[in-house]
Amino acid sequence: MALLAVLEPGGDAATALYILSFSLFIFGVRRGTHPTTAKQGNMIAAVGMAIAVLTTLLLDGIGNWGLIVAGLALGTLVGVVASIRVQMTQMPQMVALYNGVGGGAVALIAWSEFRELDSHLAGGEIPLDELIPILFSAVIGSVSFWGSNIAFAKLQDLISTRPLAVPGQQVLNALLLAGVLFACVLIAANNDGPSEGVFIAILIGAALLGNLAVLPIGGADMPVVISLLNAATGLSAAAAGFALDNVALIVAGTLVGSSGTILTLEMATAMNRSVSNVLFAGFGGAPAGGAAGAGEERPHTSIGAQDAAIKLAYADSVVIVPGYGLAVAQAQHAVKEMADELEKRGVSVNYAIHPVAGRMPGHMNVLLAEADVPYEKLREMDEINPEMPRTDVAVVIGANDVTNPAAKNDPDSPIAGMPIIEVHEANQVIVIKRSLSPGFAGIDNDLFYEPNTSMLFDDAKKAAAEIAGEVGNL
Amino acid sequence: MEVIVELTIFVLAAFVGFEVISKVPTTLHTPLMSQTNAIHGIVMLGGLIVVGFADDTLEQTIGVIAIAFGTINVVGGFMVTDRMLGMFARKPRPKPAESSADASGSAGSAKGRGS
Repeated sequence: MALLAVLEPGGDAATALYILSFSLFIFGVRRGTHPTTAKQGNMIAAVGMAIAVLTTLLLDGIGNWGLIVAGLALGTLVGVVASIRVQMTQMPQMVALYNGVGGGAVALIAWSEFRELDSHLAGGEIPLDELIPILFSAVIGSVSFWGSNIAFAKLQDLISTRPLAVPGQQVLNALLLAGVLFACVLIAANNDGPSEGVFIAILIGAALLGNLAVLPIGGADMPVVISLLNAATGLSAAAAGFALDNVALIVAGTLVGSSGTILTLEMATAMNRSVSNVLFAGFGGAPAGGAAGAGEERPHTSIGAQDAAIKLAYADSVVIVPGYGLAVAQAQHAVKEMADELEKRGVSVNYAIHPVAGRMPGHMNVLLAEADVPYEKLREMDEINPEMPRTDVAVVIGANDVTNPAAKNDPDSPIAGMPIIEVHEANQVIVIKRSLSPGFAGIDNDLFYEPNTSMLFDDAKKAAAEIAGEVGNL
Repeated sequence: MEVIVELTIFVLAAFVGFEVISKVPTTLHTPLMSQTNAIHGIVMLGGLIVVGFADDTLEQTIGVIAIAFGTINVVGGFMVTDRMLGMFARKPRPKPAESSADASGSAGSAKGRGS
């Protein structure tokens, strides 16, 4: 293998290849901003990654090939199998999991680099410009690993999606953070003989912090959290780049850090939540508007698939409002079928996509694209809302909070001011949903009790298939 | 490399990230998040360097786990992004004559009007 080792670590040739690789990342992400070039952009970024990995493998002095190959093979195997098997509906938790392992890798590298510097200390000091980035990567990487795993578990319904909070949680988190920071200062102050025990305590403290910070956050806010952790992992990777003097890590990590920050802010804005609000205020634990006990037996209208089919078939214009329930029920193909049957009868069908429909911006677009729904039928909220009063029937499929008129009408509601799809403006509304239970925000939806709303209590996929069949028979 | 040079690179890269990303239509946010997620898997290089130069067993063990984690992040991230984007690439079947123009037109104007 010595034949392969041709590049001097930190030398011009290796650095030039790293520069090529991060240029491809930037170019790839840029191409990723338009639907027609996005796939190509992803390929370009992947090529950049391959160049970066090969360059590193060619560095002079790299040994332990058996271990390296084992790590690469294991990671590739898991990555490939997971990516092939994951369903489109599970994308958000898949991203959370990949983000988590990335953060875990950062934390482990920080630990290892700490040991490496420590062992070569020989009476000198660890330079602070290496030690501080190592500590930063260790803390953020560990928080990101555990936080992402909790986010994954919540989205996968392994643990309750409700906000879980203990009394004094924020005080506890603040104390934990203070403790972790204190330990970091302790290590930095003793950089002539830092204690590995304290370093491991930092990793564990940050792990606890990651768990405790994400547990109290409700399922509805998970996309914001994952996006934030994605940005954080990027920054921690950049910090690892400072510690390792690796320009590819610095640029790529920073690129992810700044892009993830923008994405996080956009998501939070779409949900009318500030990022600090998401992180520090458990959502729906105790709704302020008093909606909790009020809605025991409110009157609502319930209909079956046949009635729904008749309403839809004789309408001129139908707007479908898909939500996370559609994703969970894997109903995108059935809904497309239903829309096809309606269009055969001359009904105009459009889809109204809330910015956070599904569990991430763009998630619903991916699902509907999978079912071959043409782009031009996917209409954004701001574009479709003015058309709502002219719409005959709005069909809400598995969506809840994003259609709740309380966001507009009730200033006391916890979701007051959140932009919604104004389905209540349509002549008639059909809501396909399993029950009247509240959505992720944990509050009742006034829409269900409006006089022009009909509830169709069923699984989204089954209901859509039945309606499609009934429309076909009319 | 000097710290000040690294800091310069860091700040410039942050601005590049803001500029490149702020033009993405909402439709592509999930794939984009997944793609950037794959890119931070570049930290696996750190694992390669650690293992490649480590002579102590604990460091090697930690490093191998880091390589495996980073590789999952990279391989899984790019593959999943590719799968998601593959769905957008499929052409709408009706009206084949104008479909491709429609598709790119409406998607482009979806949010990022200037793009």
